[in-house]
Amino acid sequence: MRNFTDSELERYSRHIILEDVGIEGQQKICDARVLVIGAGGLGSPVALYLAAAGVGTIGIADGDEVDLSNLQRQVIHTTADVGIPKVDSAKNKMLAINPSLTVNTYHQMLFANNILDIIKPYDFIIDGTDNFATKFLVNDACVLAGKPFSHGGILRFAGQTMTVKPRESACYACVFGQPPPAGLVPTCSSAGILGAVAGILGAIQAAETLKYIIGSGQPLYDQLLSFDAKTMNFRKVQLKRNPKCRVCGTDGVKVLHDYEQAVCEVKNAKNP
Amino acid sequence: MLIISINIMKLTINGELKEVAKATLTVTELLKLENVTMPDMVTVQLNDEFMRPHQYPGITVSDGDTINFLYFMGGGQ
Repeated sequence: MRNFTDSELERYSRHIILEDVGIEGQQKICDARVLVIGAGGLGSPVALYLAAAGVGTIGIADGDEVDLSNLQRQVIHTTADVGIPKVDSAKNKMLAINPSLTVNTYHQMLFANNILDIIKPYDFIIDGTDNFATKFLVNDACVLAGKPFSHGGILRFAGQTMTVKPRESACYACVFGQPPPAGLVPTCSSAGILGAVAGILGAIQAAETLKYIIGSGQPLYDQLLSFDAKTMNFRKVQLKRNPKCRVCGTDGVKVLHDYEQAVCEVKNAKNP
Repeated sequence: MLIISINIMKLTINGELKEVAKATLTVTELLKLENVTMPDMVTVQLNDEFMRPHQYPGITVSDGDTINFLYFMGGGQ
């Protein structure tokens, strides 16, 4: 058991006074290891909130460098960061908020041949990726490795998220099956995204992570939460596991494979 | 005596109760009726069960069914 210093007690005081957190919950948070995949629209708020919350070890994976067009929504990066790896920019901000953290950076894209090694040391994984190929790969790898994770997706004014406990709650493939046909997918930069929508969804993913760590509340297991910022309608759809799911079902995933990426995604991939 | 038979299905679509003046309706027809322009970009849940796009033309919905269209959202960056 870790003993908090006076400064830590003060830093985390608004957590500690919460009945569901307390000293014990904050200790769990400080001992937790969380991997954020993608240091972009979703990864930015997730990483900032997890760092502020005191998550002791945070991994951040992203193969890209900060671009001027990212700054409208990727709030962990600043104008001065343009051109540097997103993982380095994100690490600097997380440590500026909370210097006691350990931040591990992975300046690479994730594929079937490296993802299992990267997720292995972590307790919980955040999907903040921007393409279906990687979203399905993250799902497959987390199911195979038995790692709980938070799925997040955003588009224009809308967002959706679900939390997955592998082989206990519905996985991303139970719901969505296969990636949609590459080519007609509006995930590319042309579709657009309201910056604040990324913030809403990322903050929800951070809250789900912290709930999982402290073991409180009802995570979004077997539920897909979706919202439309135009109307501010939030809706939860009840899900159930598909026993024949090609990923988490009886004859589920045994070996990882890479999914086909949409052409625009490949073109944008700077570090294939 | 003239008997007029009007078939109306009551469906719960994306959480809202809707009446559809049809006797039978496949999932493909329903997607069209609901102005879903890119059926490949939604997954359809009919009474808790998920269907895949190749099944849509062969499955009919009936009175009292609950249908959710869940959109693929691939963004994150």
